[in-house]
Amino acid sequence: MPDTIRIRAQLKDGATDIHVLMPHPMETGFRKDEAGNFVAAHYITDVEIVVAGRAVLNATLSRAVSEDPLLFFRIKGGRPDDPIRVSWVDSWGERRVDESRIMSSA
Amino acid sequence: MSGWSVPLADLAAADATICGRRRALLMCGGALLGAAFIPTVQIAAAEQAGLAVKPVFAAGSLGEVLRLLDARPTPSDDISLNVPDFVENGAVVPVEIESRLPGPQEIYIISEANPFPLVARFSVPAGTETFVSTRIKVASSCNIHALVHVDGQFFSAVKATSVTVGGCGA
Repeated sequence: MPDTIRIRAQLKDGATDIHVLMPHPMETGFRKDEAGNFVAAHYITDVEIVVAGRAVLNATLSRAVSEDPLLFFRIKGGRPDDPIRVSWVDSWGERRVDESRIMSSA
Repeated sequence: MSGWSVPLADLAAADATICGRRRALLMCGGALLGAAFIPTVQIAAAEQAGLAVKPVFAAGSLGEVLRLLDARPTPSDDISLNVPDFVENGAVVPVEIESRLPGPQEIYIISEANPFPLVARFSVPAGTETFVSTRIKVASSCNIHALVHVDGQFFSAVKATSVTVGGCGA
């Protein structure tokens, strides 16, 4: 099972910066191992980010997103302590859901 | 977890499509097995929720991506696409897109030289700023395209990037 999703959501000047790092191999299926065999494709396909019960970003990823996908985006508003939940599902049907809270930069 | 029923059905169906087209990709068995357990109601929901988008990820050229999206994009100065001019490692290329077009929209990242050019799609609802930053793999020096779908229309921005070592083997 891949590691915990790292989430940083920081409220500043009326907007919340959200950084999400999802540890995942993101194998393309084009890479060969040391024995010369192709490593099976294995990558995150769908990501959903919800803040205080409201979807704030949906992403559909391909194998061409770098290993350990990183997303950085920004929402208008946000309140300190609002819960933020990030969930992903990958091409093998594996899932991971992690939560954090919005921090105030003040 | 109930919110995830849709993407799973979506995924399984999309993999079935990929298998039909790209037999070389040995990743369908498990997904098809999983599909057998998904109630038809959820599959119907998945079709509404963006299943139509998934085959686009199997498109093999920029032209095919645009055709499947039915997109004839207009170049727009309201889209900022930030990609380095030169990158040593094609496996980790930072891409930043900001759109000043109003309203909720979809943002697509396309890397023209990749075997599957469509890299990612973001659905940005109202209340989220139309800005997204991530890192992608780029197969070789090529044009990176940002495609923005807003209110039924497509707009685009393009930027060339020069890659020393391609990201395909990563």
